[in-house]
Amino acid sequence: MGRAGSGERRSAIEAIGVSKVFGNGDDAVRALDNVDVTIRENEFFTLLGPSGCGKTTLLRLIAGFDFPTEGEIRLYGEDIAPLPPFKRPVNTVFQNYALFPHMTVAQNIGFGLEMLGKPKVEIDARISEMLKLVRMEELRNRRTSQISGGQQQRVALARALAPRPKVLLLDEPLSALDFKLRKDMQIELKRLQHETGITFIFVTHDQEEALTMSDRIAVMSKGHILQIGSPRDIYDRPAERFVANFIGDTNFLEGQVKEVRGSKARITLDAGAEVEAGISEGANPQGNVTIVVRPEHAAIQARPGADALKGTLENIVYFGTDTHFHVKLASGPHFIVRQQNRHGAGEEFKTGMPVGVEIGQNAAQVLKD
Amino acid sequence: MASTFSVKRQTGFGTIALLCFVLLYVPIATLVVYSFNAGPSIAIWEGFSWRWYIAAWNNQQIVETSIRSFVIASIAAVVATTAATMAALATTRTRPYRGLNFIYGFINQPLMVPEIVTGIALLIFFALVKIWTGYTGLGYLIVAHTAFCIPFAYLPIRARLENMDLTLERAAADLYATPWMTFRKVTLPLLWPGIIAGLMLAFVVSLDDVVITELVKSGGQDTLPTYMLGQLRRVVTPEINAISSVFLLISIVIVTLFFFLNRKQT
Repeated sequence: MGRAGSGERRSAIEAIGVSKVFGNGDDAVRALDNVDVTIRENEFFTLLGPSGCGKTTLLRLIAGFDFPTEGEIRLYGEDIAPLPPFKRPVNTVFQNYALFPHMTVAQNIGFGLEMLGKPKVEIDARISEMLKLVRMEELRNRRTSQISGGQQQRVALARALAPRPKVLLLDEPLSALDFKLRKDMQIELKRLQHETGITFIFVTHDQEEALTMSDRIAVMSKGHILQIGSPRDIYDRPAERFVANFIGDTNFLEGQVKEVRGSKARITLDAGAEVEAGISEGANPQGNVTIVVRPEHAAIQARPGADALKGTLENIVYFGTDTHFHVKLASGPHFIVRQQNRHGAGEEFKTGMPVGVEIGQNAAQVLKD
Repeated sequence: MASTFSVKRQTGFGTIALLCFVLLYVPIATLVVYSFNAGPSIAIWEGFSWRWYIAAWNNQQIVETSIRSFVIASIAAVVATTAATMAALATTRTRPYRGLNFIYGFINQPLMVPEIVTGIALLIFFALVKIWTGYTGLGYLIVAHTAFCIPFAYLPIRARLENMDLTLERAAADLYATPWMTFRKVTLPLLWPGIIAGLMLAFVVSLDDVVITELVKSGGQDTLPTYMLGQLRRVVTPEINAISSVFLLISIVIVTLFFFLNRKQT
């Protein structure tokens, strides 16, 4: 999952200066605002963001259900933005699956190939192949209303993969499944992507889903892409406050830039200590800045060290696998430390006692905003 | 007072309900019962007999007008349903446009304009057309029936289209189906129950229309209902009960089919 950095692969989809405006005049809504993104061939790419961020709009523009107000959408270098959906070698897995209720499982899977005018023998062979791929051979002649939600999901996947699209679009396909099934399907989707070698563009609002499945993630908000990177990049080195907040739990600390050296900056924190923090690409931190530290990248000390942040332990929340320590720093802000529970560890801590918080090496990142 | 409010337990509810059913069904039941009367009266029971059914079957005029009714109803229902299907597609499968509500009203106009007004308007208009063209055939009745059948066919078809998941059509387009193939392979097969329901409703409505037919028909163009109305002005025998009963049976069968088709949708 962490090998997303290889930049040599060809680009499958490029969005160049894409904007989408719905409505006009005073009611106009800018669902996408000058978005640029390149999605590489054979990658599992996720558009992540809260509802209304523009991720589904971008997907619909790639599928052809809507057309951009401005900009180009290129598929292997060719501008496909003006083409209707039935002329794009791109298929979609819909949120509600949208299986044809008047057709059998096999007819659903064969629909795309039938529309492409493929010979019947080839269609039948491909249907069998796809049923095998999604492990549904025995349900070939069932009606789609006679199969479970998870099975419908697999049929929807098989149907979209059957015509061998250049890119597969997935619009929150797991949101209708229950927790256990969702976990299974996450693994299943990774397997399918690996086996078919097709570029997947996956839309979700679930940060955990995005982190576990993607090669790269684009975090979106209010029609903009805020950051694109591997799950590790996004999680460990969030560039903006929104990204840090949206994905996982985060501590924010204020400080002053002391010096910048390469991709690192030394920051004098208002809380009293000095830390080294990473700088996002293209950022040039000066003066007052905010840094982020993930709760598990800090350690709590019963006997504070010299460069630890001093504070009072306000609350201890036990989660089974780990424990959250809520610390009120002497300088004012709250800080949460997450520590994995090991046998016997952590029992020395009591609420109300003075503690120290130590920020780990390479744990801090300077925000752009 | 733990029980929740129920209209069923309100004072007088049962009585009113019963009264409604009596008013609705007792006259019809009487009509059907007396169609089996052995005697020539519609009021004095003289024993059971199929006599009047046989008489009606052998009455050349009844056969003739029945056939005419079925011909008109069949053609009018098919043409009206075709037009209604297209209208329903045009009012549900497009982006909302200015005047859409006006168009709804326009299509459903025959439901709102008093039938007698439509009938008289058609009478006058067709009189002019007859003078211009000289044509006096069944075409006028078919055109008139088609016109007032359209809203009856339109409503169930539109309801079906509105309940249909739009992403199905989107999915078809995504899977390389052109708009025409999407319509043929996805929209139309899913729309069939609505179309059949609309067709049957239009058929029934055309079959028992009196007012417009009475005003538009030329001499010798009686349909079964206008013939029956004409008969009532002369001697009334249980023959009229017998025809009415058969008519009733046909309507019930069609409406029941319509009901089941509609239920299948949901």
